[in-house]
Amino acid sequence: MCNQKNPYLPYSVIIDDIVVETEDKSLKTFKLVIEDEGAREAWNHNPGQFAMLSVPGKGESAIGIASSPTEKGYLLFTVSRIGSLTTALHQLPKGARIGVRGPLGNGFPLASDFKGKNIVIIAGGYAFTTLRATIIYLLAHRQDYGKITLIYGARTPGMLLYRDELKAWQESGLVDCHITVDREASGWKGIVGFVPAVTEKVAPSPENSVALVCGPPIMIKFTMPSLEKTGWKDDQIYLSLENRMKCGLGVCGHCNVGPVYVCKDGPVFTREQVKRLPVEF
Amino acid sequence: MKTQIDRNQLVQWLQHTLDGFELFYPMKDAQTGVVHLRNAKDTAIDADSVLKPVPGVPKTSIKTFFMPQPEVIARFSVNSKDAQAFVLRALDAQSPRRVLLNIRPCDARSVALNAKPYADDPYFQGLMARTVIIGRTCTETCATCFCERVGGSPQGTEGMDVVLREVEDGFSLKALTQKGAAFLKETGCDMQGLELSQISGDGRPELPKIAMEMREKDLLELYNAPFWPQVAEPCINCGACTFLCPTCYCFDIQDEVLGTKGVRLRYWDSCMFPLFTLHASGHNPRGQKVQRVRNRFMHKFKYFPDRFGPVSCVGCGRCVKDCPVNIDIREVISLMQAV
Amino acid sequence: MSSKYLELTQEIRRQARELLASGEVAAFLGFTAGSLSMTTRPFVARTPEDAEKLVWNSFCVVNLANYLPALLKSLEPPRGPKDPPPTGPLPKVGVLATGCWSRNMVVQAQENQVDRSRLVILGVPSRGMVDRKNVVAALKGKEVLDVVEDDHVLRVKGKWGEEEISRWSVVRDNCQSCTHPNPVIYDRMLDTPSERASQAPFAQIEAIEAMSANERWQWFTQEFSSCIRCYACRNACPLCYCTTCFVDDNRPQWVGKTLKNPDVLTFHILRAFHCAGRCTDCGACESVCPMGIKVRLLTKKLSKDVLTLFGVEAGMDITIPAPFTTYAPSDQNPFECDTCSSTNKKE
Repeated sequence: MCNQKNPYLPYSVIIDDIVVETEDKSLKTFKLVIEDEGAREAWNHNPGQFAMLSVPGKGESAIGIASSPTEKGYLLFTVSRIGSLTTALHQLPKGARIGVRGPLGNGFPLASDFKGKNIVIIAGGYAFTTLRATIIYLLAHRQDYGKITLIYGARTPGMLLYRDELKAWQESGLVDCHITVDREASGWKGIVGFVPAVTEKVAPSPENSVALVCGPPIMIKFTMPSLEKTGWKDDQIYLSLENRMKCGLGVCGHCNVGPVYVCKDGPVFTREQVKRLPVEF
Repeated sequence: MKTQIDRNQLVQWLQHTLDGFELFYPMKDAQTGVVHLRNAKDTAIDADSVLKPVPGVPKTSIKTFFMPQPEVIARFSVNSKDAQAFVLRALDAQSPRRVLLNIRPCDARSVALNAKPYADDPYFQGLMARTVIIGRTCTETCATCFCERVGGSPQGTEGMDVVLREVEDGFSLKALTQKGAAFLKETGCDMQGLELSQISGDGRPELPKIAMEMREKDLLELYNAPFWPQVAEPCINCGACTFLCPTCYCFDIQDEVLGTKGVRLRYWDSCMFPLFTLHASGHNPRGQKVQRVRNRFMHKFKYFPDRFGPVSCVGCGRCVKDCPVNIDIREVISLMQAV
Repeated sequence: MSSKYLELTQEIRRQARELLASGEVAAFLGFTAGSLSMTTRPFVARTPEDAEKLVWNSFCVVNLANYLPALLKSLEPPRGPKDPPPTGPLPKVGVLATGCWSRNMVVQAQENQVDRSRLVILGVPSRGMVDRKNVVAALKGKEVLDVVEDDHVLRVKGKWGEEEISRWSVVRDNCQSCTHPNPVIYDRMLDTPSERASQAPFAQIEAIEAMSANERWQWFTQEFSSCIRCYACRNACPLCYCTTCFVDDNRPQWVGKTLKNPDVLTFHILRAFHCAGRCTDCGACESVCPMGIKVRLLTKKLSKDVLTLFGVEAGMDITIPAPFTTYAPSDQNPFECDTCSSTNKKE
């Protein structure tokens, strides 16, 4: 929920920086700074939460928060240019003013259920954004968690997000990284193969562990058997659902999956919860 | 607070309320025979319509007064020279205070039901606070009425601020909420010696039988019931049912810009439309007609009660009456109850 | 029910049963009785037993052609988007058709929405359908609980008593102005052709044309002011089959979504223009409008213009393409505008 009295009014933010993430330029990371100092300092969120990004005159779109709450003073959003709002956003220059309404949704239970556990992060494509927030958060509270394993795949090396950070995590040894691309590519010395296959090979142990799986539906579908084979239970697997959203507050009705609203009750659900819902996402 | 007045006094008093309030009441169109909610400002108060309202409900529900179509929720400037350009601001102006007269128990109850999902909505709550509902219980029902089946009653007063009843030698007005009592007092209609007899609204009524029944049913069993394709077959996927329905409350939000001035609007949307759930990627979780038809009924009779308690239907019969292809919600309820 | 409709209902049931039992059709599209008086429900019979549920009366106002593309598709073997179209004969659908509905089937065939060879059309000459809103108006809003149809009289009953209404007085405007009550294509004819033909098919339009521009604007804005944007008119129309309707498109967004004048009027005027040269004046749009808006007057005006300018009525001949779907580079007609007298003559 927003910190403001009126949950429909976004905070005004300035685009402080823009980073083109991928070789096809379809993904950009926007660094946003809330103009109001009080609101900026009061801002807090949970990795896995999202916000409505607002380009006044164009509308709003729900985007996962890519920064960790431990990164103070700014917010990061990695946005794929796909719809009308995100196309408008991609055209904006540094210094432009937009709106952020949030944080919204539940996020991962990092400060509660996940404490003391090994964390396995499995991501495909640009769904990695809120998982980046999660990793930054975990590293900031490293002593509270067990082993951190990352399995992350993209179509090509040039489509991997946050490449500098991936390298740093790999080199520091703080995260057990398994970065993969779909096909052989010139200059790529890492793993080649789809995320489900890599997951099966890495075979993370389910013992005292949770898995966070985000990616395209097809990746999620084929990753599940890989986890099941090594004994993962449905209540250990956390998924982040996506649906068309408008209000972000569980009122407007757009994102319902059966009786739950992805925007308010989610976007994070355990696989056990998802299995009890109609497949309407 | 209970007030008794005769016929003439009632019309006079209503005329008097126009000083501080907009007054709307159901009135039959002479040409078409259709009842609409009319603004008393447009025509002189029609005593016949006020004193003897026709049985049943007006064509459109009173949700328009709590979820205006469209509703401006914020303003902004797109003039980049403006220091406050692209900052979304709340509205300065407040909506007029309103009285909705002769509202039937089903429609009044719909406001109370909608207030559940809209509990934290500043716009809905703002309009609620500035609107007085004077209800009129039913002495006669229509062939399409089924309020009792979904937990209402022709004599129900839930959602009303004041109830207007015909008594032997005139009318009685009884305040049911603090808002209703304050309104009667403000408009000079409180009589000495009569105390506020009953303030309802805080007491939680027991869940209606149908709600208990639906809550106990297995979600996926209802969802996967075999009758949905048959229910959906005649549907043309228009939004007549959802837009006429007093308890369909879904909306969309969009910006509109004219010159350098922009507004953010919210307006009614319908889960009957494929666009409702369409992702930017082109994927559509409810791309099939049968999925959308099912969602409407599942929302009313399973998802809503699971979340809020009662079913999201007041039995006004508008969808039954005006569905272009005669999909009768009462038949669907029976099918769902049989699962 | 009138003896006429009783006979026709029996005949429809008999023929549908036979078509389904012999396997000639996989489904039969007609109407079943509605749950309220003056309503019918479009209905697909899939077994000979289902055929017993079919009915035919004055309240069959929905155009059945509207259901054909989806129904035909549902009977095809399932295939992915990249799979080749099925070869060999596909299951057929039996369907009832009055004059206008059959003309819509012609338009659908012309526009490749429906494969004529997969239809078994049972032709029913139309006596004109009744709009229940007209009955409500004639009774000044009194609730109708039951209607018994005689050939020319509706005996209407309610809690208030009983009344007789002349059937023709509540027949829909489009049916009253109809000049083609008989099916133009059919496989079997269920009744002797009707001889009725309106002498003044465009009288309603001429009345509006006679108004001043201001009066017309007044009429237009007033008539459409109660629109709730439910799109029943669009969705009941067999011509409206675009995957994404212009009102639903948001890149670019052609029209706003509110109930404000510009948005509502833009929707209706653009929808009407999309139907120009294709509309058969079946009246479904107007019959299904919950608000009682005279929606079809816009399309009727365009039918009049198309008839005047091109000498064509939609859906009359399957071999003649619709006027706005053809263009020949050899077209010698100038592009002229009467009102502004600007001319853009081809060199």
